Amino acid sequence: MKKEYVYRRFERFWHWTQAGLIVFLGLTGFEIHGYIHFFGFDEAVRYHNAAATVLLVLVAFAIFWHFTTGEWKQYLPTWKNLRAQAMYYVFGIFRNAPHPTRKTVLSKLNPLQKLVYAGLKVLVIPTMGISGILYMFYRYPQRYEVLSLNVAGLEVIAEIHTLGAFLLVAFFIAHLYLITTGRTVTSNLKAMIIGYEELPDAPTNAPSAPNATGDHS
Amino acid sequence: MKRIFFSLVALALIGIFVIMALRKNSEDASPLSALKQKYAVKDKPSVDHSQFTQLRRHFSRPEEVTAACISCHNGRAAEVMRSTHWNWERTEYIEGKGIRTVGKRNIFNNFCIGISGNQQSCNKCHVGYGYADASFNFKDSLNVDCLVCHDNSNTYVKAVGGAGMPDPSVNLTYVAQHVGRPQRTDCGTCHFFGGGGNNVKHGDLEQSMFDPPRSEDVHMGTDGVDMQCVDCHTARKHQMLGKMYSVSSMNRNRVQCEQCHTAMPHADDILNQHTLKVACQTCHIPVYAKVNPTKLFWDWSTAGKLRDGKPYEVKDSSGTDVYMSIKGSFVWGRNLKPDYVWFNGTASHYLAGDTVDPSRPLMLNQLHGSYDDPDSKIYPVKIHRARQIYDTKYHILIQPKTVSTKPGDGGYWSEFNWQRAAEEGMKQVGLPYSGSYGFAETEMYWPVNHMVSPKSESVKCSECHTRDNGRLAKLGGFYLPGRDSNPWVETIGLSIVLLTLGAVLVHGIARVFISRARQEVK
Repeated sequence: MKKEYVYRRFERFWHWTQAGLIVFLGLTGFEIHGYIHFFGFDEAVRYHNAAATVLLVLVAFAIFWHFTTGEWKQYLPTWKNLRAQAMYYVFGIFRNAPHPTRKTVLSKLNPLQKLVYAGLKVLVIPTMGISGILYMFYRYPQRYEVLSLNVAGLEVIAEIHTLGAFLLVAFFIAHLYLITTGRTVTSNLKAMIIGYEELPDAPTNAPSAPNATGDHS
Repeated sequence: MKRIFFSLVALALIGIFVIMALRKNSEDASPLSALKQKYAVKDKPSVDHSQFTQLRRHFSRPEEVTAACISCHNGRAAEVMRSTHWNWERTEYIEGKGIRTVGKRNIFNNFCIGISGNQQSCNKCHVGYGYADASFNFKDSLNVDCLVCHDNSNTYVKAVGGAGMPDPSVNLTYVAQHVGRPQRTDCGTCHFFGGGGNNVKHGDLEQSMFDPPRSEDVHMGTDGVDMQCVDCHTARKHQMLGKMYSVSSMNRNRVQCEQCHTAMPHADDILNQHTLKVACQTCHIPVYAKVNPTKLFWDWSTAGKLRDGKPYEVKDSSGTDVYMSIKGSFVWGRNLKPDYVWFNGTASHYLAGDTVDPSRPLMLNQLHGSYDDPDSKIYPVKIHRARQIYDTKYHILIQPKTVSTKPGDGGYWSEFNWQRAAEEGMKQVGLPYSGSYGFAETEMYWPVNHMVSPKSESVKCSECHTRDNGRLAKLGGFYLPGRDSNPWVETIGLSIVLLTLGAVLVHGIARVFISRARQEVK
């Protein structure tokens, strides 16, 4: 085992800020949708829009960071070991079996994570962003009499946005739980806070494979 | 370098949030204060009419006053005679009916029904002298009543049942010497009492508004800017701006809040976006009939009960009529939340002779509009419901003769005989009467425009954006955030969340148990 610098400073800053914003957006969003009564409808809308704007700016920075550092490649889904990873969560984890994939700095995500995060980044987050922006600004074409861009109504936009929100809640629940499935119960959480994590050594009979894959959460 | 970069990003994000979250929807003060300044300057008459030789004489007949007015203000009477105040009808395009001439002269309502045959009483509020029946001379300028609008002495009243003639007690000479710009007291003598009593018809125009507090009407409040009716209902050549959809059909000649306040008067952009689909009145008139009750339901079918052969009245504890032998039973309401409709400024009307379908309420005036229509907005309305007489054989509404001017003329209010009232009334409108009558349910839609509340009283977001029976609970055709949801989306979404939660719990509990079991084995 050796201590590696897995999550860099911007990565951690982005992760925690995004986490906070998404939780806050969830609370205010479900208040707007009528499930919660806390801020009051008008304040909830105001806060929701403000947090959404901040999140969009943050995501813009994060995209820039992912491309300039090449970290985006971490999220390329792979079939390799996908089944093994799934089987690990169904059986292996109860038998204290080793993780089927090895977490390294160059490959922090296991195959299931790659799949789920790629889905989040390519489908859910953009869908939420676009439907959210339309939600905020769908009146503008009519307001400025650009009739060709007129949006007839909010129904489809709102329903897509709501469905995405439910998916994010489900993701959030699973995500919180999977934090506890690292090498120890707290190792994943600790790594995301301080950046460093004890990672297993590379098997001696193989070169430290850049395409080997690692851990959870 | 890195530290600086992060600090900048973090600061920028915090800054965006703080600015957006803390920005309150404080009203942009400058246009409003400009308006306040404008209306704070009260109109002072530039002349003193009591000094004019033409008026320093004795007037015994009202027509003499009109002649004196015209002797200086020549041409003005002709303007009045082109106005709706005088003609009580205008030529309008009515959807589904074409071009028709409609107005008080020929339109049915569900209060006192209509003026035909009843002019002697109803036409107290005509801006003329002696419109006692259909033969009135609309061409004679001496019949114009200048005083009813221009009296500034607050002593001019028209006689009850006098077909528009002044009450004999009025000192015409005094009134003629004290004329000026119309005051609330002038407009209100008719417009506050339509339908035969205070606040019967509109609900948002009533006698408390002669001197309303600002809390009742933010514009007319005497402790506020104290505006007069004609400050908004401006006139050019005696053609007043504004009309009511009880008698008119077209989207024209309306008084709009936007004329002063602009289409996007809020500092808050979300509120400004609302103005595309929500009329100002909808949020800014949270309740109407704030002081005295307005009539909500009028059941003509119970009229005609007599005690010892005499008509009587029943009042409720607040002194409001709930039964009158001459008119039937009433339901009144005070401090009412309006109903809401999509409205694009056009309306259609029941016209004399149109078919009645007694199986469902008949809309005497239907306000057109829908969410999908870009010209429509949500407007507050008062809905007045009634049961009123109709011909059960010919299926048309009946104009009864109610007012009696001489014995035996069939006037229901003296004879209490619907057969006779229907016969005589239908003669007046030139329609047949089969001899069998019943009572049909009808509705009228009255847009609520007055009694605008102070800003702090405006309808709150959550009064509409709520799942729990909000103000717009019944208004369909669109998705309203906070009110609406798609049952499919909710079911699928909640299922995914619950399944995930269940899976995580089962998995976690299993892990704990198995690891404990293993410890024990060791």
